[in-house]
Amino acid sequence: MSNKVIYAIYNDDDVLMDAVKKTRAAHHHIEEVFTPFPVHGLDKAMGISPTRLAICAFLYGLVGLSVATTMMNYIMISDWPQDIGGKPSFSYIENMPAFVPVMFEMTVFFAAHLMVITFYMRSRLWPFKKAENPDVRTTDDHFLMEVAVHGDENELVTFFQNTGAVEVKVIEKH
Amino acid sequence: MYTFSSKLKTFSIILMVVGILGVGYSFLSAPKNTAEVEEILKKEAEEHGGHGAHHEEATHGKQEAHGTATEAHETVATKEAKPEASMADSVHVDTISVSKDTAHAVAATEEHHADHAAVAAHGHDKAEGGHDDAHAAEHAKHVEHVFHQLKNKPWAAVYVAALFFMLISLGALAFYAIQQVAQAGWSPVLFRVMQGITAYLPWGSVIVFILLALGAFHVHHLFVWMDADLLDPANPKYDKLIANKSGYLNEYFWLIRAAVFIIGWNLYRYFSRKNCLAQDQASDNAFYKKNFKISAGFLVFFIVTESIMSWDWIMSVDPHWFSTLFGWYVFASFFVSGITVIAMVTLYLKSRGYLEYVNTSHIHDLAKFMFGISVFWTYLWFSQFMLIWYANIPEEVTYFITRIEQYNLPFFGMVAMNFLFPVLILINTDFKRLTWIVVMAGVVILAGHYIDFYNMIMPATVGDRWFIGAGEIGAILFFLGLFIFVIFTALSKSPLLAKRNPFIEESKHFHY
Repeated sequence: MSNKVIYAIYNDDDVLMDAVKKTRAAHHHIEEVFTPFPVHGLDKAMGISPTRLAICAFLYGLVGLSVATTMMNYIMISDWPQDIGGKPSFSYIENMPAFVPVMFEMTVFFAAHLMVITFYMRSRLWPFKKAENPDVRTTDDHFLMEVAVHGDENELVTFFQNTGAVEVKVIEKH
Repeated sequence: MYTFSSKLKTFSIILMVVGILGVGYSFLSAPKNTAEVEEILKKEAEEHGGHGAHHEEATHGKQEAHGTATEAHETVATKEAKPEASMADSVHVDTISVSKDTAHAVAATEEHHADHAAVAAHGHDKAEGGHDDAHAAEHAKHVEHVFHQLKNKPWAAVYVAALFFMLISLGALAFYAIQQVAQAGWSPVLFRVMQGITAYLPWGSVIVFILLALGAFHVHHLFVWMDADLLDPANPKYDKLIANKSGYLNEYFWLIRAAVFIIGWNLYRYFSRKNCLAQDQASDNAFYKKNFKISAGFLVFFIVTESIMSWDWIMSVDPHWFSTLFGWYVFASFFVSGITVIAMVTLYLKSRGYLEYVNTSHIHDLAKFMFGISVFWTYLWFSQFMLIWYANIPEEVTYFITRIEQYNLPFFGMVAMNFLFPVLILINTDFKRLTWIVVMAGVVILAGHYIDFYNMIMPATVGDRWFIGAGEIGAILFFLGLFIFVIFTALSKSPLLAKRNPFIEESKHFHY
């Protein structure tokens, strides 16, 4: 098996969407699609499963809430229950209204930051990462679909030319 | 066109009849004089194993709450020291004029202690029959006070329910006006549903106005500041705090304000609907533009009148208490209820096959609003509660002390119903598209916000004599029946899809 891939390049997102649907219908495996901006519905057309990032965020929020509660219960109630301005420090629930702003902010803080970090890790983004850009024009005004070559190479090229591609390249990938 | 299903019509009429029976029963069973109250108290005393024990408990709980009673010469502190008189009844007012001079106030406070001791002793001494004069006077006052509370109870039940359903349609009207002004692309397919719900506004607001007017003519005594004795410095019941507010809180100005608000809201509803129907037949967008303008004007009028309405009709049952964000809080409460009713009526009509172009994305949007405004309500509820709890200024904090001590379950239960439940159930995107989830969350939200209004009115009018019985449930059923009858009759009067709205095509194909 060769490591050849086809780069089919488009200059319009509607044409791209049609091409993706045709490619899927023809059972060619789409490795990746590069676009300069989010194309609405592209993930559905490609058949990508929905993200679970929101579920992560909810769980991270619960972690933040637990951290805030445990922290303040330990500091303000268990460890050193001082009388500060007459606030009742006998139990957590009695003084809870005063802790709610912290509990809320910590929930949001954990949910937001841990979700962002999860996103970076799952999409492999970091400051000195080498850009994986197959064609510089895809960050500006071109759309690129990468499809692995199996079987007849010429037939595939013709297929993609018929989908409205402005350019079809066959590349040896390492 | 929608045809009012005969089953639903019968159902709404049954609700009204059962409701009237419940309300009628509560009025008939309310005590007519203090002798009947004596009977009730005697019966309770037997059930509770001693009148004094019950009384003593309440009194002492209250004293702990405000701490050093001898130091507190503040009117409210004095009021707290005498909890059985701290509610809407005017009996408590006599202590307030006294507390103007310090020496007298201390004496008064001590006198209360003596009274409490007497009352407490009463429980134990009852068998021996040790009744002194102080006790007899205190007892008479207590009976008088309970009498007023029990007399208020059926009225308060009707008032809460009338206000709640009227405000739901007002909330739907505000939502409708916002959708117009925001030029929302998703909601025009729901405009006729919203107009149907706001059709209750003329009925509901007139009923509320009649209830207010009955108060102003002293038929009921939900608003304690209407008692003329409180304004007369020569009268022992003179209340300086209320007298000082009488420039704003007087029956005539108050009723005129109410009339202006109600007329303003109803005029907007009338013309907005008229223009919307005219737009269907028009050849240009003139009526649409007209509606845009009057909606923008209405929203300005609404936010001012809504705020004043909440002071007049809700906050003034506690004329000694005030809160600055109260108007917003009340708004959030009925706004989320209005949106919930829009969602539920939409789902009902959709399930009967009347709303061709409504899809799960529209429901999803409404559910998002239910979720978001529920959180907004909680934010305001907590902000009001926490600021007052934190500073603990006696004249403000009594409001929450009475609610926490006497209305513990409704007060905190509504936070669970209005916040925890909808937040946990409606946070999920898939759930927001499921009919049964939205309906279930809607029922809980509506019940929770009824309890919210119940918590605002009842502590000041019936105090610790609250109970959700025939009167309360009857009033809810009656107004629910009337609400269903009026809105579905209105829905059958015009097509359920606006024809020439400039955003109707976008709304038909709305997809999220």
